[in-house]
Amino acid sequence: MTSADEVVASAVAKRGGDPSYLLQILRETQDVLDWISPETAGLVAERLRIPLTRVRSTVAFYSFLHAEPRGRYRLLFSDNITDQMLGSRELFAHMLARLKVEPGGLSADGLVSVGLTSCTGMCDQGPALLVNNRAVTRLTGRRVDEISDLAREGVPLDAWPADFFRVDDNIRRADALLGGSFEPGRTLRAAIARGRQGMLDEMKLSNLRGRGGAGFPTGMKWEGCRDAPGSERFVVCNADEGEPGTFKDRTLLQTYAARVFEGMAIAGFVAGAARGFLYMRGEYQFLLAPLQAKLGAMRRANLLGRDICGAEGFDFDIEIHLGAGAYVCGEESALIESLEGKPGRPRIRPPFPVTSGYLGMPTIVDNVETLCEATEVALRGGRAFAGEGTKRSTGTKILSVSGDCERPGLYEYPYGVRISQVLRDSGARDVAAVQISGPSGACLTPDEFERRIAFEDVPTAGAFMIFGAQRDLFEVARNFTHFFAHESCGFCTPCRVGTSLARDLMDKIAAGRGARYEINELMRLHRLMQRTSHCGLGQTAANSIADTWSKFRPAYERRLQRADFSPAVDLDAALSQAREISGRDDAEAHLGAEA
Amino acid sequence: MTIAEPVITIDDQPVPFRPGQTILEAALEAGVYIPHLCHHPDFAPHGSCKMCSVVVNGRPASACALRAAPGQEVEVDTPELHAFRRTLVQLLFVEGNHFCPGCEKSGSCQLQALGYEFEMMTPHFVHFFPNLGVDASHPDAMIDLSRCIQCELCVRASRDIDGKDLFALAGRGLNARLIVNSPSGKLGDTNFSVTDRAAHVCPVGAILIKRVGFAEPIGERLYDLEPISAEAARCVIEEP
Repeated sequence: MTSADEVVASAVAKRGGDPSYLLQILRETQDVLDWISPETAGLVAERLRIPLTRVRSTVAFYSFLHAEPRGRYRLLFSDNITDQMLGSRELFAHMLARLKVEPGGLSADGLVSVGLTSCTGMCDQGPALLVNNRAVTRLTGRRVDEISDLAREGVPLDAWPADFFRVDDNIRRADALLGGSFEPGRTLRAAIARGRQGMLDEMKLSNLRGRGGAGFPTGMKWEGCRDAPGSERFVVCNADEGEPGTFKDRTLLQTYAARVFEGMAIAGFVAGAARGFLYMRGEYQFLLAPLQAKLGAMRRANLLGRDICGAEGFDFDIEIHLGAGAYVCGEESALIESLEGKPGRPRIRPPFPVTSGYLGMPTIVDNVETLCEATEVALRGGRAFAGEGTKRSTGTKILSVSGDCERPGLYEYPYGVRISQVLRDSGARDVAAVQISGPSGACLTPDEFERRIAFEDVPTAGAFMIFGAQRDLFEVARNFTHFFAHESCGFCTPCRVGTSLARDLMDKIAAGRGARYEINELMRLHRLMQRTSHCGLGQTAANSIADTWSKFRPAYERRLQRADFSPAVDLDAALSQAREISGRDDAEAHLGAEA
Repeated sequence: MTIAEPVITIDDQPVPFRPGQTILEAALEAGVYIPHLCHHPDFAPHGSCKMCSVVVNGRPASACALRAAPGQEVEVDTPELHAFRRTLVQLLFVEGNHFCPGCEKSGSCQLQALGYEFEMMTPHFVHFFPNLGVDASHPDAMIDLSRCIQCELCVRASRDIDGKDLFALAGRGLNARLIVNSPSGKLGDTNFSVTDRAAHVCPVGAILIKRVGFAEPIGERLYDLEPISAEAARCVIEEP
């Protein structure tokens, strides 16, 4: 048995005692010790020579770091609405009963904990869970029983059936990117042949725009980074794919990793950056080892490292950082904070990362898909790239389709594709709504299905969740509201308090105690968060409530009381303790039906 | 010929600024009050309380975090922004446990003063009533976490001025809490001193010095005598 001190010492030494690796050190330490005890936290602070508060605040920020024992087997059910639609909550309850554990609690023997977590990015093959950050897909009652038994018997994860951990690509429609041929190094050599300025010119000509949702022109971003003052520059690939309903980056990293890495190197080539980081969400830890192997192979082939492909002065290498369960880290400045080992609280912007990013240096932060597309530009040139899609949205877009359809998975289309086309291709029938770009995006109804996926019409980071006519859109919005309350970083007042108040108001309506008053309160909070929150999380946190209230009013109205207001407290229920003590349950011991 | 000083307009009033200043800094220097809570002139912009939410050329922004630039038209005193600020104060009230009549800070508390400024009659929302407790372990000071509004002024003061780095916020969302840098988590086990800047920077009653309670009678304190907006404007005029 290794002591905590040895584990910490080795994790710290591996990172050269650099406190900016705090998150990675904590993660690796926990992988061995199962949790970060006060003793372990103290050792980490001591060895990194940083205040203990910094270790504690980082542990407390990330859902996958534990300051309390959570057992040797830490099971977390993905709680996205798509998992729920596939029966995840029933499976969750089943496992709790089988293991005799409370929700979020630890078993009596201290071996297993079972809880819920935000969307794990397996919406096309859910319901899903994580066991010690390893993804398990396609849960069934039988699989849940098997997992429960394996955990209870203490079987090491490596001895669990490999099929539990199988993650399929599920590419249903491939276009230029997913369907193109790939030969290692070819896109790098193409970029080198164009030269640093020439490659930038092609990027600008391509009008490639960021695929993470914001749609900023990528060439302009690269140029801004190149021209910003700074002694060093960085390229960060944002693979913190946390938006519920999105899973395209998972497949790009599983099967197209070489393209992602070459795209990063090309960005470095253009901007003059020699170091790159892939920041990947902790839910995708199963990809870490294969990605490390890929990086090793690329270094051996001189596709990374010094004088890449023989081009003098083209030096670039990539490190992988793993997140640890914090949706907000998908926001670029929060991501950089997390890369620096800190809690992922978004910074004040401006300055933007392109001038002041990692360690205050000019930094490009691009989405996984964007960097893949950059390799297409290197290969085919900007003009050819711009020939696809629409004028203002060039190229193709990968959609993560899930929910009520026959064929969930990835669909790549040239920009401009109509929603109805995607629904037809995925075998969706009798559709009530599509949630585009996740909970922070927009809820579209059938009268909008002829609209197009494009920055100028319906912009999206990729999520495409389909809800059939049998679904209750109020419950969809309530699920999203819980998600935001859980993921709010807590930095700014409106989002920190507003998301929790919104959650409680939605729960009050769900409990049948809501009235018109609660709707007004929700709309007021929506407006406040939209206009005063520090980052996009709070600004969009109540979008789904506003959308579903305006488009699916009956789903709310059938829950609302006719009165203008009804108190949250149920007076009769409040008397239950007194009834229990007095052993009475007769009519006189109850408040009348008027309560 | 003199070079014209750059100006922004705040509610149609021209306000000069020096390059590098934020909108809030320029406003306060000119005696134009923009409500704020986590901002302090001695510290770098923080931008968490959102009390200084304004509209700049039609877009929402935090006055403390955005640099002034020529051509900016800043809206501060609009009915909607006023309502936002009142709601923000209410949110701070319901997330903690703020009972002004029993608080030693009453009358010198900026949160209370902003409540009056925005005509807050009730906290309006359902209270969360968090169970947070008091840290009275230090001989000369105490922390009442129920009153912490997470402005991080003590965090910044201890780190940037005292050089002690004794505080941090930990946790996410509504679970975020102020924590103290000692293995026990207690202030008494740190080298915190009442001469620290961090001991005197709290805008509310979360960090209090012991044995000075009620030395200044309630009713005669800073914001008992004049509203926070008037006090801020007067401070500018009095500065040499």
